[in-house]
Amino acid sequence: MDTNVILLLLLVPLLGALLNICFGKKLGNGSGIIATLAVLVSFIVTVIAFFQVNTTKQPIQSDLFEWMAFANFKVSFGFLLDQLSLLWLLFVTGIGTLIHWYSTSYMKGDENYGKFFGYLNLFVFFMIVLVTGSNLLITFIGWEGVGLCSYLLIGFWHKNQSYNDAAKKAFIVNRIGDLGFLVGVFILAFLFQSVDYMTIKESLMHGTNHQINTWIGVAALALFIGAVGKSAQIPLYTWLPDAMAGPTPVSALIHAATMVTAGIFLITRLNFVFDLAPQIQNIIAIVGAVTSLFAASIGLVQNDIKKVLAYSTVSQLGLMFMAVGFGAYEIAVFHVITHAFFKACLFLGSGSVIHAMGGEQDMRKMGGLNKFMKATYATFLVATLAISGFPPFSGFFSKDEILMTAFHNNPALYIIGSLASIMTAFYMFRLLFLTFFRNFRGTQEQKNHLHESPASMTIPLWILGILSVVGGVISLPGNSWLNNYLQPIILNNAANNHHAFGTIEYVLMAVAVIGALIGFGMAYSKYIKKGDIPQEDEQITGFHKVLYNKYYVDEIYMKIIVKPIYALGTFFRDVVEVALSETIFGLGKIVDGLSLQGKKAQNGNIGLYLFAFVFGVCIILYYLFIAS
Amino acid sequence: MNITILLLTLLIGALATYFSGKKSAAKVALSFAVIAFIETFVLICQHNSGFNADYSVEWIANPNIHIALKADGLALALVLLNTLLTPLIILSAWGKHIEKTNIFYALVMFMCFAMTGTFLASDGFLYYVFWELALIPIYFIALLWGNDTFEARKKTVFKFFIYTFAGSLFMLVGFIYLYQKAGSFMLYDLYNLNLSSKEQYWIFLSFFIAYAIKIPIFPFHTWQASTYEKAPTIGTMLLSGIMLKMGLYSIIRWQLPIASDAARELMPTILVLCIIGVIYGSIVALKQVNIKRFFAYSSLAHVGLIAAGAYTLTTDGLRGAVLQMIAHGLVIVGLFFTAEILYKRYNTRLISEMGGIRQQAPKFASAFMILVFASIGLPGTFSFIGEFNLLYGLSQVNLWYALFGGTTIILGAFYMLRMYQKTMLGETNSKPFADIDKTEGIVLGVIVICVIFLGIYPKPLTELITPSLVEIVSYIK
Repeated sequence: MDTNVILLLLLVPLLGALLNICFGKKLGNGSGIIATLAVLVSFIVTVIAFFQVNTTKQPIQSDLFEWMAFANFKVSFGFLLDQLSLLWLLFVTGIGTLIHWYSTSYMKGDENYGKFFGYLNLFVFFMIVLVTGSNLLITFIGWEGVGLCSYLLIGFWHKNQSYNDAAKKAFIVNRIGDLGFLVGVFILAFLFQSVDYMTIKESLMHGTNHQINTWIGVAALALFIGAVGKSAQIPLYTWLPDAMAGPTPVSALIHAATMVTAGIFLITRLNFVFDLAPQIQNIIAIVGAVTSLFAASIGLVQNDIKKVLAYSTVSQLGLMFMAVGFGAYEIAVFHVITHAFFKACLFLGSGSVIHAMGGEQDMRKMGGLNKFMKATYATFLVATLAISGFPPFSGFFSKDEILMTAFHNNPALYIIGSLASIMTAFYMFRLLFLTFFRNFRGTQEQKNHLHESPASMTIPLWILGILSVVGGVISLPGNSWLNNYLQPIILNNAANNHHAFGTIEYVLMAVAVIGALIGFGMAYSKYIKKGDIPQEDEQITGFHKVLYNKYYVDEIYMKIIVKPIYALGTFFRDVVEVALSETIFGLGKIVDGLSLQGKKAQNGNIGLYLFAFVFGVCIILYYLFIAS
Repeated sequence: MNITILLLTLLIGALATYFSGKKSAAKVALSFAVIAFIETFVLICQHNSGFNADYSVEWIANPNIHIALKADGLALALVLLNTLLTPLIILSAWGKHIEKTNIFYALVMFMCFAMTGTFLASDGFLYYVFWELALIPIYFIALLWGNDTFEARKKTVFKFFIYTFAGSLFMLVGFIYLYQKAGSFMLYDLYNLNLSSKEQYWIFLSFFIAYAIKIPIFPFHTWQASTYEKAPTIGTMLLSGIMLKMGLYSIIRWQLPIASDAARELMPTILVLCIIGVIYGSIVALKQVNIKRFFAYSSLAHVGLIAAGAYTLTTDGLRGAVLQMIAHGLVIVGLFFTAEILYKRYNTRLISEMGGIRQQAPKFASAFMILVFASIGLPGTFSFIGEFNLLYGLSQVNLWYALFGGTTIILGAFYMLRMYQKTMLGETNSKPFADIDKTEGIVLGVIVICVIFLGIYPKPLTELITPSLVEIVSYIK
């Protein structure tokens, strides 16, 4: 039974992917329907499995076959549906279904319509593998598989080389993290003779010693580097903003709601490992906090609607890392879920806007769209309120819990996180005002084209909008369903419940709301009252320019890493290769010269040449072995 | 089944191809190659059911030389690679006009025969004979059927021949010395020799020169790129897909068990050399303009890691090396075939003259992409299994080796995706590009299926080779 559930869950999206990739052209519009249904089936299976596990409290698991065997451990092709993986599956397949449905309209008329859905289904398949793998290496299949799909979908419009560049960059930068992931796996495999999550957990419950803890720290650091790549944190975040080259539903599904949360998933999955590495946890919290502020500051001034959302995603992921860094895994998971709702809603909303604008993404050319696109506007507003942290929208609860935890653990990081949150409110309302308020600034042609998107796009928006409002109920202050639900997963979750909900918490909540209001107020006065429109690129100066150019990080990486590698390549090709070739033949000539009188050997007779060579070698070896 | 039947099939196949005349030469060669593949398959099935196919008869009484063949799992796995790839390689030029077809395909079959002999031989002298025999056909294939002008080719192919031949002579000297000590060339007699550490040291080095050139290991690789470029694609496939595995296989079969103390002593130096090759090959590949030279350097990077795995002296490292040999053989033959397909359509090997093909030839683009991702070791492909075993083996020696060797997963993605973008993506090319035909589809299809199937279920192969490797490791200790 267990095996069947798992096979059904995995094979339906895989089958959808294969059908659409191989026969996409023949299926026509049918491929969108097939793909959507395939994910819907996974969602339904997930819901059933979720209720089963919730009642029985027993995970559903199955080892299909032995995948690899090493001298001292084996790796099975095994899957595990427990509380954590099911939670992830619920929103991956749930939001996945909505986004597939949305895409049936959004991608209509594309010459590779079928292939798009094939890749999207393949992504869902690998995402399911990622979260349901019962050991690190199965997770790694999914981990790299979603990276592959991300590559395919960012570069989906492959006639445009800058999109291809973005796709390539995403894959390569992620691979830096993947090497970290693998090193982490090597260490854990060495320490525990297993890469199986449950086996490692059991070994750790029997206690460890100091030396093992040091290695666990190294493993945790290495795995964290993997998470940094996939979840776009400093210093490997640069691929995510570029990844916006992909079609907008892809940005919503892969680069906002699901794949980029894989880093949080991994750390939560291995919470029992990370709990033993407090220094690394510290680093994680700091990296997360710094990333959240850094990315938010870039988001303040971007004019491309998707770029703002991309930096916002990096920033929000930073907050989640801060939470896992404090060991508050369930809070991070909470924010993962609420973020998935409102960020998917925002991206799909921006897709609806881009759709109406005929492909335009520059907010300077938008404005006043609320009159034309009521549903898009309404849902976008709700999601904006949620991400900015206004009660009672979902983002308020999850973000507030993160900041509270930060306040109790590390006040400096609390301040950084709060600043990032104020910025978030500012740039989100800036985006909302510039896009939907005041007058339309595009061309007359664009204005005539403006329209609300069809129902297949607005219904998913409404559903996500509603979830952005009510999503917070899964973990209300003082009564956290989520906490109890994740109890079996998180080995050491007592640590974070030590503070009761008291006065200080109410004060912090008030501070958070005031912060959001400040961000809102600043955006309101600038873009509504004063009616500012962001400057043209050439007019931007000073620090604003630095922010607008994203602190020149891409340029710096190009200069200190990519360019030198190319230069080295040219040097190796043109100098070292030639030198090596000549030296080695030079050596041959020396032996040759020693064996015969030099001149006779120059007659070009290959046989003589070889004979001389061998003869020389034989004499040398004779003296070395036999004569001594 | 008697193991000699396989060798005879290939030898007779070579002769039959030669005498079959120009028209039917390719068909005859293909038939024999397929029969050899089936025989290998039967041999493996028999081996799995416990049948011992080892074979030994006296060849020359004095000096004491045997025709001895050892068909353990390790040898059979490599023979399988050989007899699986040979039909595909023959098919890859199906319908192509080749001068003196019968001689050409006879040489291909003869090379397959010699390489199979190299993998099976368990008498040092016989092994050496096969080893050198394999060089002769590829020399003529590259010289007479290669690209570029005869003069340009001659220089390159000569360099290749002298270089590899000279390297092998060191090995011959090593074998002669071993014979004097053991009074026999038989594998187990040599395994059981008690050599002093100084003797081992020299034996190790004399073998190492031969293998390092053949594989090649940095900095002995300078023959490689130009030979791959000048040889006809079939020759390049034979060289990169199978022949370089002779060197890697020989490390495991001959060098390590005979000179294990020296191997342990020299391990750090050699691992560093191998890993330099991984990084160096990747970086040079980035800057190649000719697609065949590009694949040559990518191959240098990959085999560097395979050699490193073999020199870890651990079962996991050795297993990784063997698995990756097979994976690399499949993938590199596929990649060189894509280079050939590109050449057939566009008549160029310059990457800069390609691009914008994906929309025109979706099937080709997909197969090529799968091969690209297999080459960079995406999990789910067979290369990942090999690479993971290799890197895990290295990590057990020292984590730093795994870390530096592991840069292959970053650099590999870097150069392969860059190449794919330049050759396949971008604004649709103005020159039309026909999608793959049926024969091309079969070759690419078989490779893709093998690569993915073994990526998900490598167990049959792992179980085939592991007992042999455990035995070899027991001699190393």
